[in-house]
Amino acid sequence: MTYIVKPANHHPNLEKNKLGLTRRDYEGTISTLCAGCGHDSISAAVIEACYDLSLSSDQIAKLSGIGCSSKSPSYFLNQAHGFNSVHGRMPSVATGANLGNKDLLYLGVSGDGDTASIGIGQFMHAARRQLNITYIVENNGTYGLTKGQFSATNDQGSKSKYGEINTLSPIDLPTMAIQLGAGFVGRSFSGDKDQLVPLLKAAMKFKGFSLIDIISPCVTFNNHVGSTKSYDHIREHNESISSLDFVPIGQEIKTNYAAGTKVDVPLHDGEMLTLEKLSKQYNPLDKGQAIQSLNEAEKNGKVLTGLLYINPDVKDHIEILNISDTPLNQLTENELCPGSKKLNKINASLN
Amino acid sequence: MDTKYLFKRHNTYWVKVAVPKDLRKELGFDLRTSLHTHDLSEAQKLREAVVEGFKSQIFAAKENLKKSNGKGFVKTFMPITDTSDPQYYHKVVDCQYACPAHTPVPEYIRKISQNKYTEAYMINWESNVFPGILGRTCDRPCEPACRRTRTHEKPVAICRLKRVAADFKDDVSDLLPKAPSISNGKRIALIGGGPASLTVARDLIVMGYECTLFEKDPQAGGLMRTNIPSFRLPEEVLDAEVNQILDMGLNTKFNSEITSLKNFLNEDFEAVFVGTGAPKGKDLNIGGRKEAKANIHIGIDFLTSIAFKHIDSIGKKVIVLGGGNTAMDCCRSSLRLGAEDVKVFVRSPFSQMKASEWEIEDAMEENIPIFENHVPKKFIHDEGKLTGMEFQKVEAVFDSKGNRSLVPTDDDPVIIECDDVLVAIGQDNSFEWIERDIGLEFGEWDMPVVNPTTFQSTHPKVFFGGDAAWGPENIIWAAAHGHQAAISIHKFCQNEDINKRPEPGTNLVSQKMGLHEWSYDNDISQAKRFLVPKADQEVALKSLKIEVEKGFDENLAMEEAQRCLNCDVQTVFSESLCIECDACVDICPTDCINFMFNGPEGEVRQNIRIPALNIEQDLLVSKILPTKRTMFKDEDVCLHCGLCAERCPTGAWDMQTFLYEEAKVYS
Repeated sequence: MTYIVKPANHHPNLEKNKLGLTRRDYEGTISTLCAGCGHDSISAAVIEACYDLSLSSDQIAKLSGIGCSSKSPSYFLNQAHGFNSVHGRMPSVATGANLGNKDLLYLGVSGDGDTASIGIGQFMHAARRQLNITYIVENNGTYGLTKGQFSATNDQGSKSKYGEINTLSPIDLPTMAIQLGAGFVGRSFSGDKDQLVPLLKAAMKFKGFSLIDIISPCVTFNNHVGSTKSYDHIREHNESISSLDFVPIGQEIKTNYAAGTKVDVPLHDGEMLTLEKLSKQYNPLDKGQAIQSLNEAEKNGKVLTGLLYINPDVKDHIEILNISDTPLNQLTENELCPGSKKLNKINASLN
Repeated sequence: MDTKYLFKRHNTYWVKVAVPKDLRKELGFDLRTSLHTHDLSEAQKLREAVVEGFKSQIFAAKENLKKSNGKGFVKTFMPITDTSDPQYYHKVVDCQYACPAHTPVPEYIRKISQNKYTEAYMINWESNVFPGILGRTCDRPCEPACRRTRTHEKPVAICRLKRVAADFKDDVSDLLPKAPSISNGKRIALIGGGPASLTVARDLIVMGYECTLFEKDPQAGGLMRTNIPSFRLPEEVLDAEVNQILDMGLNTKFNSEITSLKNFLNEDFEAVFVGTGAPKGKDLNIGGRKEAKANIHIGIDFLTSIAFKHIDSIGKKVIVLGGGNTAMDCCRSSLRLGAEDVKVFVRSPFSQMKASEWEIEDAMEENIPIFENHVPKKFIHDEGKLTGMEFQKVEAVFDSKGNRSLVPTDDDPVIIECDDVLVAIGQDNSFEWIERDIGLEFGEWDMPVVNPTTFQSTHPKVFFGGDAAWGPENIIWAAAHGHQAAISIHKFCQNEDINKRPEPGTNLVSQKMGLHEWSYDNDISQAKRFLVPKADQEVALKSLKIEVEKGFDENLAMEEAQRCLNCDVQTVFSESLCIECDACVDICPTDCINFMFNGPEGEVRQNIRIPALNIEQDLLVSKILPTKRTMFKDEDVCLHCGLCAERCPTGAWDMQTFLYEEAKVYS
């Protein structure tokens, strides 16, 4: 927590993006989370990703539920739309907003409690319906706001700050999302922006439900020896399966990966996702293999990170529901009311 | 603003190219030269040729080095910063580092913002001896160095805040040291009564030395008295600070000019300090000089005559020749002596005038026109009575090496009528009184050979300082020289090695008071530099005695003091506590902090979040961290806001005040 306002001054050589904005222009108010909280790193990564993609804040809506994680949308994109909803109900609000205006980019920010406990039903159906949203889970395995109880994603055998051992088995959100049909599933670590930022960029550009489960250590309640969500534990057990490069349209692919390890995945708008497979056997387009690898990693105490699964052919809920190309909130009476002639015709057909 | 390779010093742009580490022994830390212009676009034009020249010089040296040891290029890593070296954190305090006397600037500015004017004054007095005088007249090398010039726009008004400390202080007489009751029996002579000699006296008297000052004029003060008009420096202020030293127990011999050092050395003194300044104004020997001499005056002699009330009037039309600070003082003094039409003529372009920007502004505010590119050709007179001057118009042309020459234009000669001419085209030293057969060596330009560290001449008993050592500089340099010369004289008298210099005193203290509380104000003021109120011009121009600048009042001083960024509150990093959570990287408003793999300096400087192109400024390099990365902090535009330390969960970052005190003879 900090009392002074972050000084408006920035580095004189700070670069500007295509919109003429600096990274600082994407910031929010100063964070009131604990010093060293992983969530703040995620906010910084979101800022970086939006800046890199030259996104305009008025085209973004930030949605969240309740919890430390759900506070964090205040700390980025000051100029964007936002809705801080009821605990676990962010997906409903996102669905409504999405139906009203499909053209906005929806950033859902949730935590392990908000998603894997109280909101698990909402989460599952949002994934199933292919809600077009970038769903970020700031996963620290603990209920920080209520002083550090185990959350549903906390690993079996992990120790709390007060010494108890977790006896329950964890919910693995990526595995669940893949099974439910989500088109884009990734996992990352708040302390690895090199991996996280391109993953966020790709997820934001993906049409359909994209989940990024981000391990985000809670410095106050879950960063001790014996915790499986501490900075040290994740650094030691992180197994990155892919290194990602998001290449916006019209930009040359610069990454130089060794032959045979590169996979190019075209996205909807002609943009390209370039993946370097760090594990030769891993194929992120193969659903079965993704689930199997996640299970194996869990068994071996490893944390698999990177782009775990992608299905570029997935249809989002707008396409599935066959909704008009013009966002509903832009339809006027002229378009919505067919007129008496047409109405008569319809009525007549019903006779 | 494209200022690559450029930096500003003494109002002109300089080019500087860093020298790679392995060549520093041979070529020094960097190669630099002045472009003799304070116009940025011009400097940008001249830059390329000079940079290329330097680069080829470096290339040649590198080739030589390769040949000599036969080794190829080895990948190097940036060394871990040794923060126990007092100069590392000292350099971060840009103002203090740039100050020749290394006055702890942020420390006294904080005292001013706490209304502790006396404490602020004493910090200054300790370091630069003449706070009230310097707060009005200093050439302010600190201000162009101020971090605000890089993070905001205009520097903190450091100089005028110094004056605030002097203006609002209480009686300090009880705080000033006195000579010990028993002397150490060693007698020291000080020749010349200016700031250099007075500083030596102040430092040595408290050590028990019996100091005797020899001054050709009837009062002490040197150029501070004779060359600075009292509308810039009131006599009371000058007297007060000079008397502080005289009252410590300095023996004075006024009206006693030393005419032979050879004879003087026979007198019973352990050591002699020469602080006689550069008292000889340059003359202009062109046609008509002799004939019209009655109305042609040397600038500094003119100012001296005013100071000692030998003259009180001047002709109605006055021409001042020269573009330095003395010329500015001459023209403004003339106005106050009753001249109605004062004009300044400068040989060079306006942008290359030597006077400080603010002195030029002050003259122009008094409606004195300055004519650039006019070279004086002759004095016009009517049978010995000066009637005017003839000038040739020129234009400045630079060759590929950046050397300037003034080329006459086709314009007709310019003739200007006048009653008096003041020649203020430079000053020289005057060492006719030093015989050349007493073992005191003279070198280039007939200047004594003086050791730049010890200030000792080749005659072991004779020390130099101030303008007498290396030609005209400023009061603040004289004070800095004085402190060093005092150390040498003391060591000399105690038969110690004068080349062994004492270490500066340093102190590093955490400012943490609580979870989000620091004992300094870390909120960055966005206020613009405040202007110093001035006296009403109509009134000011009527008298030599009315001080033009009124100084900040307490409220303005408080606001201006808030602009200080507290660069002496250092960001201290402890590797062993860091958990590499990146919180500091994310919060830093100016993107100074980086965690990445180490490499050669050039690579690191390019690869950090925002390339560190200002090679004047160091990178703070940590030890290697558990993830094998290194923390690099670019000191260049750090605001010292302390947010890194506030967002650090483990206290790996801490804000600690670094006090650097230059060694004095008594410390």
